[in-house]
Order: sequence, then structure tokens, then C-alpha cells
Amino acid sequence: MKHTTKKLLAFAMVLTMLMSLCSVFALADEGAAFKIGGTGPLTGGAAIYGNAAANGAQIAVDEINAEGGIQFDLRYEDDAHDAEKAVNAYNTLKDWGMQLSLGSVTSKPCEATSAETFADRIFALTPSASSTATTEGKDNQFQMCFMDPNQGSASAQYISDQGLGTKIAIIWKNDDVYSKGIRDTFVEKAEELGLEIVSETEFADGNDQDFSVQISDAQSNGADLVFLPMYYQPASLILAQAAGVGYAPKWFGVDGMDGILTMEGFDPALAEGVMLLTPFNADSEDEKTVAFVEKYQELYGEIPNQFAADAYDCVYAYKQALEAAGATPDMSAEELCDAMIEQFTTMTFDGLTGEGMTWDASGAVSKSPKGMVIQDGAYVGLD
Amino acid sequence: MNKNKTLNKTSRMNFITYGVVIAAYVVLQAMVSTGSISSTLKGMLVPICAYVVMAVSLNLTVGVLGELSLGHAGFMSVGAFTGVTAAIALQNVIPSGTLRLCIGMVVGAIFAAIAGVLIGIPVLRLKGDYLAIVTLAFGEIIKSIINNLYVGVDANGMQLSFLSDKTNLAEGGKLIIAGPMGIGGITKLSTFTIGFVLVMITLVIVFNLVNSRSGRAIKAIRDNRIAAESVGINVTKYRLMAFVISAALAGAAGTLFAENYSTVVANKFDFNTSILVLVFVVLGGLGNMLGSIIAATVLTVLPEALRQFSDYRMLIYAIVLILVMLITNNPTLKGYLNIIKQKLVRRKPAAQTVEGGADNGK
Repeated sequence: MKHTTKKLLAFAMVLTMLMSLCSVFALADEGAAFKIGGTGPLTGGAAIYGNAAANGAQIAVDEINAEGGIQFDLRYEDDAHDAEKAVNAYNTLKDWGMQLSLGSVTSKPCEATSAETFADRIFALTPSASSTATTEGKDNQFQMCFMDPNQGSASAQYISDQGLGTKIAIIWKNDDVYSKGIRDTFVEKAEELGLEIVSETEFADGNDQDFSVQISDAQSNGADLVFLPMYYQPASLILAQAAGVGYAPKWFGVDGMDGILTMEGFDPALAEGVMLLTPFNADSEDEKTVAFVEKYQELYGEIPNQFAADAYDCVYAYKQALEAAGATPDMSAEELCDAMIEQFTTMTFDGLTGEGMTWDASGAVSKSPKGMVIQDGAYVGLD
Repeated sequence: MNKNKTLNKTSRMNFITYGVVIAAYVVLQAMVSTGSISSTLKGMLVPICAYVVMAVSLNLTVGVLGELSLGHAGFMSVGAFTGVTAAIALQNVIPSGTLRLCIGMVVGAIFAAIAGVLIGIPVLRLKGDYLAIVTLAFGEIIKSIINNLYVGVDANGMQLSFLSDKTNLAEGGKLIIAGPMGIGGITKLSTFTIGFVLVMITLVIVFNLVNSRSGRAIKAIRDNRIAAESVGINVTKYRLMAFVISAALAGAAGTLFAENYSTVVANKFDFNTSILVLVFVVLGGLGNMLGSIIAATVLTVLPEALRQFSDYRMLIYAIVLILVMLITNNPTLKGYLNIIKQKLVRRKPAAQTVEGGADNGK
């Protein structure tokens, strides 16, 4: 009996310890800062994007806070790339007192949280959620990245303009919003431009390990350029497996491909010569970019991708808009929302991911994409 | 005499369950109306209701019928997509959101029931592991089908196409299910009250089924199929009955869940969701509906409550799961619980024998 009492006591103590930890972790709030919150996949398969965005935003916030003037308080919550968890994460941020939102990092979760920010009148500027549904019909939703349809048609335009290939194969993921959105507009634009699509194969969640069928289909149809509208994990397997069978076409990716070089266990040599369209070039000589890349490398030990740059730009865009509107941290989220809508539709913003960016009333950004190619394990501008 | 006692005990347990659910609803609703509830918890009320219905309905298959189903999220998916489609298609016909949601839930339940019959006829000829594997495959099949399904509505009625969008909608038409993009732009219709009503309906259906002649037949099949067959119970019929009712309730839960978010994709209802619901059932206790309700609630809230641990959140979640498993199965702790129980029921010494019998049954 004594023994069991001891055990019970020990268990009770463990519980109390856990409870007290909970209260210790509760954050102390500071008054004079704008509270910015965002959700993103900090864990799980898409974690590279969420963490990159959170890190990029944090660097911007630290820089701005060090300058004095406008102060920010940043908080990122994990949504594991899932709409339900994203709404939960968003509600947690709302309880925290978020005034300005960075939306969600990935598309589908952002679609869910944008409905919430719209209903709650909290202004949201997402760094990277690119689907049209994110901003459609919502006046306080803005994007820092291209919309999916734009990426598809811009890729086709780029391939045609630069004469990169004539016979094109597409491998896409048919249960993914992002992949499908880009593929649809790519095919449409390719037809218009007279690019010949000789092979089109799909894969889905669960059968995304073996791509031999897709690769041999592209190869046997004589494709000289393979378009990969997908995230980097499946793309890395496709590159590895194509190298295995000695198939070496030109590879063309989209912004989801960004991050492939920093992926664990991936041999960067396989990605040699892969082209992708992304608004951010970490090798740029531009002063701001150089400073950002240096800082990011120092803090997180890797080259920042486009998500980090987009999130960094988001925070600076907020700074510029807040300064122009003369906003103060004691304003309510709703007042800020109205002020931000007015600012974002009228202002011009220069950031890492583009010069002279403007937003239209629908929330879409207008900036020009940069073609990049991977050379010696680094991204290099194509032009 | 003895039989009478057990009956009293089950109905007492049922009323306790109803009471707990109603009390929880009243307390939470009061908190919502006075604004003393956090947004996080408020946002989770509807999903909790949906998961509770999922857990209770799966408990009917796993706990009462005694068959391990690993594809319960498949029925939820069928219900979610058909129910939401119905609600969207009726948008211009029925102005009342609540009524549309109710129709959606009924439609979702019917389609899930049809799926239940279709899958049940072949699957229920199997037993044990085989059945579990086939239900697992079923869940994946549903996911693949919906990921390739395009449904639109226009002036000419409903348009269906498969693999790619060939619906060719007329002017003013609307694509409702867009393959992998699922359904977007859903007007949120679900409310906590409707969720609560669905939970109550589920409990009424399940309790009455379990305590009916059919319910006893189902339990007899679970306990000994050959013996049940030998006394003339139609095994296939009763197994199918439990399976289909379970599926229909999951379908209604799916509609409730999907109508709570502005978007729903088929990938949400994957194998992980099925396992999650199974965890609710196993942690709450097979055949124990109140246990399922509590487990579903606690395990839905827990990951959110652990947010301050940031990166270690899911690790702690897993540890809590393991602890609960160990503790509820710890004989010494069970001994303590029994002592407390006995103290509580000492007034009725006759109850002790029944108590022991019921525990062995679990």
C-alpha cells in the first residue's frame, strides 16, 4: 500500500509540475508595440516554409525594434499545414491580442484563416499563401507573393520567351491546390504560346515515393523540358530518380522548389541546372539582400529562401503603411484594418522580393518574377 | 432480480451521460453569451461536437459490434462533401442557414449510410484483421475519389465530372467540389447549439439501439458469433445495421465539421483522422460512450492547451496519451478507484456483484 501511495504522490507531483510550467510560460505583454501574428507549418512536412517565414519575419521585427520608432511584437503559431489547426492557431493569436495578421504561410490553411480575419476585421498580409481563394471577396486580405495562376502563366511565358524548350512534360500533384492551380494556368498559357506538352503525369499524397512511371513517360515522349509545379520534397525524389536512369532534361520549377538546396539528405549536385521562377534571389548584389542573407545565415545557419524574404518584406510593408497612416499601437484591430486597406491600395513598396510593388483592391501584388538557375549548389539569377 | 439491476445500471449510466453533455452545453453556452470564454476554446466548440459524434459512432462499431474499423474518416468525408454540396446547392432556394445545415446533415448522413451499405456488404463477411485492413483501404479510396471529383451546379442542374474539370458550367454556374482543391468559400453555418443537438441525437440513437432487442443481438454477435448464429440471430443483418448507423452518424458529423470552416479538402479525412477517432474510442473505453465523449473533448483541446510548449507540443501530447493509457490500466490505481466506488455504493451491498461482472465485461 505504501508503495502505491508513493506512486500516486509522484504522479500528482508530475501533474502539478506540468501545470506550473504552463503558467510560467504565459507571456508578459508589453504595451507600446503592434502585435503581429501569423500561423504556419512549424512542424510536419511543410515545416521548411513555416520556419523560414517565421525566421524572416523575426529578423525584420528585430531590426525595426532596434531602430526605435515603431515597435513590433511578433508571434508565430504552428498550424501543421492543416485548415482546422490553422483556425485554432489563429484563435490563440486572437486571444493574445493580435492587431495585424500575417495570415498563414500555406494556401489551404490561409483560405480558412482568411475567412476568420475577414469576419473579425483584422487586416492580413500573407507572405506566401498564393491561391486565389485566399483573397477572393475579402477586402482586408493581401498577398506578398504571386498568385498561383500568375505563376503558371509566368512560367510558360518565361519558357517561351527564353526558348528554353519546345517539348514539355509536366509532372504534378493532383491532390494539391498549389500544384493544380499552377498546372492549370501553365497548360492554358502554353497552348496559347504554342508550346507543345508531350507528357502529363500525376501523383498524389501516399504514392509520392516512386516516380519511375512519370519519368519514363516524359523520357519516352522526348520531352526536353520538365515542368515541376510542386513543393521541393517530391521534386527532390524526381531529380534523384531521373538521374538514376540517366535522364537529363531541363528542369523547371516554381517557388515551391525553393528550399531544395537546404533539404536534409539531399545531394545539391542533383539539382544542378534546375531552373525556377521565384521573386527572390539570395545571390543578388543588392545591398538590402546581402545584409538580410548574412543575418539569416548567422542566426539560422542556412541561405534564406523566398518564404523568409516574403515574410521579411511583409513586416517592412507593415512598417511603411503604419508610418504613413500615423497609426499607434493603442488602436484597435478594426481601426488598423481600415487604415491598412487604405494604405496598401495606394502605396508603393520596395522590398527584397521586388521593387515598386503595388497592390490592387483585390489584394494581389504586382511585381515581376526572377528566373533563377541552380549552379554549384547555389541559386544564381538567370538574366 | 439480477437482470433488473443491470438494466437499472445501464439506464443510470445513460442518464448520467445525457446529464454531463447537457450540463457542459449549458455552462459553455453561458460562458459564450457572457463573453468569458477564450476565442481558442470558442473556436473549438463545433469541432469538439463533431469529434464527439465521430467517437460515439465509431464506438458503436468497435465497442458494441466488436469490429475494428480504420476507415471511419472515410464516412466523415462522404458526409462532409455531400452535405456541404447540398447546402451550397440550396443556397438560393432556402434562405435559412440553420435549415440548410440540417438538410445538409441529413443528406450527408444518407450518403454516408449508402457508402456504409456498399462497403458493409462485402466487408462484413470478413472478420478481425481482414475487416480492419479493408476499412483502411476504403478510407483511402474515398479520399482518392473525392480528390478527382468535380461537381458544379448551374441553371441546368448538377454537373459531375471525373479526373479533370469537364463540367462546362453554363453562365452563372458554380463549381462546388473542385477535385484536390475541395470545397472553398463555404458560408459557415455550424453553431455550437446545432452541434450539441447532433450530439444529443447521436446519443439517443446509440443508447436506444444498444438497449434494444437489436442491440442485444449485436452484442451477442460480438461476444460469440457462432453461439449467436446458433440461436437464430441473422448475423449479417445485425452487423450491417450497426455498421450503417455508425456510418450515417459519422456522415452527419462530417457535414457539421466541414460547415464550420470556409474550406474543406479530402486530404483532411485521411488515415490519421481515422486513427485519431479510434484513439478517442480506445482511451475512453470500448463500449463506454461517456468515456468516448470525454476522450474526444480532452484530446481535441489538449494540443491547443499545450501551445506554450511550442516545439515540444506534440511530444508532450504523446507522453500524455501514453500516461493515460498506463494509468487507466494500472491495477493498483484501478484498485483505488474500486475502493472509492465501493465506498460510494456501500449503501447498496447487492450492487457489488454486478459491479464486478460489468468490469469483467470490458
